[in-house]
Amino acid sequence: MARRTRDDDGRRDLVVVGNGMAGARTVEEILERGGAEQFRITMFGEEPYGNYNRIMLSNVLAGLESEEAIFLNSMAWYRDNAITLHAGVRVGRIDRHARTVRATDGSRTPYDALVIATGSSAFVPDIPGMRTVGRGFHQGVFRFRTLDDTRAMIRYARTHERAVVIGGGLLGLEAARGLQTHGVDVTVVHGPAHLMNQQLDAAGGYVLRRGVETLGIAVETSARTVGVLGDTGITGVQLADGRVLPCDMVVVAAGIRANSSVAATSGFLVERGIVVDDQMHALDDQGTPDPAVFAVGECVQHRDQVYGLVAPLWEQARVLADVLTGTDPSAQYHGSRTATKLKVAGIDVASMGVTAPERPDDDHIIVSEPRRGLYKSVVVRDDRLIGATLVGDLEKVAPLIQAFDRGSPLPEDRIALLFDLGTAPAEVGVAELPDETIVCNCNGVSKGTIAACVRGGVASVAGVMDATRAGKGCGSCTTLVAQVVEWAADGDLVVDESASWYVPGVPHAKAELVALVREQDLRSVSAVFAALAPGGVEDARSKMGLTSLLRTIWGADVVDERDGRFINDRVHANIQRDGTFSVVPQMKGGVTSADQLRRIADVADKHRIPMIKLTGGQRIDLLGVRKEDLPRVWADLDMPSGYAYGKSFRTVKTCVGSDFCRFGLGDSTALGIAIETRYQGLESPAKLKLAVTGCPRNCAEAYVKDIGVVAVDGGRWEIYVGGAAGAHIRKGDLLTTVDTPEEVTTLTGRFIQYYRETANWLERTYAWVPRLGIEHIRAVVVEDAEGMAATLDAAVQASVDAYRDPWKERDDPAEPGQFRTALPLTVLPQVPVR
Amino acid sequence: MSTQAVGVEHVLGRLSEIPPGEGRAYAVAGRQVAVFRLRDGTVRALDAVCPHRGGPLADGQTDADVVVCPLHAHVFDLSTGACRSGQDDVASYAVRVEEGLVVVVLPGTSGSADRTG
Ligand code: SRM
Ligand SMILES: Cc1cc2nc3c(=O)[nH]c(=O)nc-3n(C[C@H](O)[C@H](O)[C@H](O)COP(=O)(O)OP(=O)(O)OC[C@H]3O[C@@H](n4cnc5c(N)ncnc54)[C@H](O)[C@@H]3O)c2cc1C
Ligand code: SF4
Ligand code: FES
Repeated sequence: MARRTRDDDGRRDLVVVGNGMAGARTVEEILERGGAEQFRITMFGEEPYGNYNRIMLSNVLAGLESEEAIFLNSMAWYRDNAITLHAGVRVGRIDRHARTVRATDGSRTPYDALVIATGSSAFVPDIPGMRTVGRGFHQGVFRFRTLDDTRAMIRYARTHERAVVIGGGLLGLEAARGLQTHGVDVTVVHGPAHLMNQQLDAAGGYVLRRGVETLGIAVETSARTVGVLGDTGITGVQLADGRVLPCDMVVVAAGIRANSSVAATSGFLVERGIVVDDQMHALDDQGTPDPAVFAVGECVQHRDQVYGLVAPLWEQARVLADVLTGTDPSAQYHGSRTATKLKVAGIDVASMGVTAPERPDDDHIIVSEPRRGLYKSVVVRDDRLIGATLVGDLEKVAPLIQAFDRGSPLPEDRIALLFDLGTAPAEVGVAELPDETIVCNCNGVSKGTIAACVRGGVASVAGVMDATRAGKGCGSCTTLVAQVVEWAADGDLVVDESASWYVPGVPHAKAELVALVREQDLRSVSAVFAALAPGGVEDARSKMGLTSLLRTIWGADVVDERDGRFINDRVHANIQRDGTFSVVPQMKGGVTSADQLRRIADVADKHRIPMIKLTGGQRIDLLGVRKEDLPRVWADLDMPSGYAYGKSFRTVKTCVGSDFCRFGLGDSTALGIAIETRYQGLESPAKLKLAVTGCPRNCAEAYVKDIGVVAVDGGRWEIYVGGAAGAHIRKGDLLTTVDTPEEVTTLTGRFIQYYRETANWLERTYAWVPRLGIEHIRAVVVEDAEGMAATLDAAVQASVDAYRDPWKERDDPAEPGQFRTALPLTVLPQVPVR
Repeated sequence: MSTQAVGVEHVLGRLSEIPPGEGRAYAVAGRQVAVFRLRDGTVRALDAVCPHRGGPLADGQTDADVVVCPLHAHVFDLSTGACRSGQDDVASYAVRVEEGLVVVVLPGTSGSADRTG
């Protein structure tokens, strides 16, 4: 990098070492104070990425969040703000006298002001077997600190079965929960006598332990690990009491240590962290503040405190930005009282202050209901709240934090601190919170910031969440954020309109949109944009939803614009990670024949299908097919499409039922096939997956389907709707019980049509059914309380009549180059050949 | 974002091969270029490979402004190739229609013109 001279544009050089949550937030705060006019900013980050939300690694590990979604500052952000980012470059030394930093890539960068924000690392105790001689950590030993750590853990967990997590604090429990989602058996080994001993007292720790164990995670407390066993692969860990816990991977979450070695070797005062004064200046080893060097974040020791949670870092970042930009040259940081709200392995935990009474006169109120997973305790001294611990229910957390922070008066009846006795509405609590109360701990957003945002004209909950990032971390505060927004808007709350729009680009809710489309006779996606979108502007992200809606409204009379379709629906196959497609032929009810199997085998041979797989939907998937080969594959199969790619009616799983099974109460196979034959391929707001099962043993998993039919005693059939066992798990609600398969088929169609007409785009039945309420749906579909049944039946019949197997397009492509390759982008296939 | 001033012109094919609002990919001079025909009749050209995880941009959905990658829905500006969702940008190329043919201008072989983005 060319060395810039200091006076070329009058700006000073600000260098930030460490591109994590504190470093990047500090720079954001500086920019907000007009810092771009004062500083040319250069950042170094050892991790080869922009800045991501480290807290969310737990969710990435658990597969709840994608890697992309956790980035707070993308590469583009740095570019847009003219920040030079050296990602993947470690700073090895600071030369205080020459005012330069030296990076391990050999570069030297001058600074006028320097911010050290190097965070901390996982602490790994020196246990025999943990490290292999000369080669660092054993390959089966993991830490949980960075995105790379998380990726490595996920990769390893896929091929391993039992993990021991050393450490039962926040990180250990989150790691345990995350690993479990990859099918790994997890045991948490914790040295102290109860979990999360830093935040919880023994009784609270016990309630948490029960919660964790209910999730299927084994817990060993008062257990010290003395050895990791195994040479090439890990075979177990050895405990101090002599027991061996068999395992094939180990995650160490035994605490963190500040990354302070660079500061220490560069002449700064380091104890448990880099020692700073109230203006965040780093002290040199004589104890004198360095006027040009600051430190912030987890690497810092301030007034003897080292913090391991983000909330204090936000306060530090604000003070530092005030001082550095001169916005408030006398700004000071006085330390943080840590009141924390956390979601630990899915369980809500909050703690502040002391966990137990310390003097004979301290009041201590405890409510402990281990079986319900609830624990609440408060400690009161001289009429002031000095500590509180909550597990399982954070409803009262806001007033407690307020009382703790502010010392506000407490109710006579102490139990009212823990429960709403009678009246005391929640808003009162919110109204009384002081402005500086942090509402969102993950992103450090205070009540005042949220209120200011609302006063600044953002009057919807979603809008405020976007603008302030409140509620965008672990999510435990979203209710509180909504309450604060409601309070601040004081009745002027705009219900977030766009949230109710059917698609983002057309400002109408579904019912309204359907009416307008009918009224104005809009039959194509572009006609809808022209007539109803602001300025007639088309919107790529709205096209797929509109296409589906128009098909539902107009059936065969729609004007088909192929660009309105998602690629899957243009070529009737599901696009895969390398741009090839999967082909899933219809196999009604999961029943096949020797002839079908032979044909599939022949096609697989002829077209060199890389992988043939039985799906979770009881059919056969041919994966890794090139786009240009699709028409020939379909022709050779000569089977109808199974619609495994569409937002549409998918499959009906069945079990063998009364024809074969000794418990069978009804012919589930025949009914499943009949239903699939009738409703195959219907487009719908989201996927529809069905099952018919021959008895309540439920081998076809009908209780957890969009529509699930269960044969019961007396030749009757139960119909369940709104079930799910995908990203959400929900048992379906019983819609009704009927006497004949014909009634099942009719009610299924009526239900589907009502869903098609009223559900939002991509709203699965597991969300739609609870939104409308099963009673309402039953009234419409079963009891015909609204007199719509005949119309719904006729509409679904029309769609059934309009069905045409899309794979027939092979002979007569719907448009030029429909199956033209968009490849080869990479060497194919990337889908592994098995 | 400037487009290449110098470069080599290549005829990719007939415009009629690309339905309105869609894209098609072409291999040309060692590159893979996705050409999009917008609903207003104009054309745009970007690198065909999504910088995120290699998705086929030609298979994405478009409007007058952007294309959305079919794999993980990252959004790219059709005129500049700039990513609107935090990934790296893709190169954009000058492209026009002449007598029904799609003509793209690729950076010259001299090596002086570099890829944008
Ligand atoms: C092939 C199959 C996995 C398998 O090898 O068995 C599969 C494969 C995919 N599923 Fe699935 N799902 C498959 C059965 C299931 C099941 C089980 C079932 O259908 O009984 C479920 C749980 C039931 C449900 O849908 O709720 C399931 C829940 C999901 C979900 C979560 C949906 C949700 O809202 O909870 C997604 C993601 C989504 O829809 O956004 C998904 C998405 C996907 C996609 C389409 C991802 C994508 O968008 O590209 C996968 C395509 C892979 C590929 O490249 O072809 N798949 N998926 C199964 C095909 C079944 C079939 O024959 O049609
Ligand atoms: C899995 C997990 C879950 C968590 N959950 C929560 C939670 O629920 N609530 C909560 O409040 N907190 C939580 N935390 C803690 C929170 O993430 C940290 O408090 C926060 O990230 C600290 O920010 P920081 O910037 O000080 O350090 P970091 O975010 O660690 O950033 C420091 C950066 O500096 C880099 N660096 C270090 N040395 C150098 C060098 N010499 N040169 C260049 N770069 C360097 C590092 O690579 C790193 O990228 C969690 C942490 C983890 C790991
Ligand atoms: S097939 Fe389903 S479960 Fe498997 S990776 Fe794809 S979406 Fe996830
Ligand atoms: S590959 Fe394009 S968005 Fe992921």
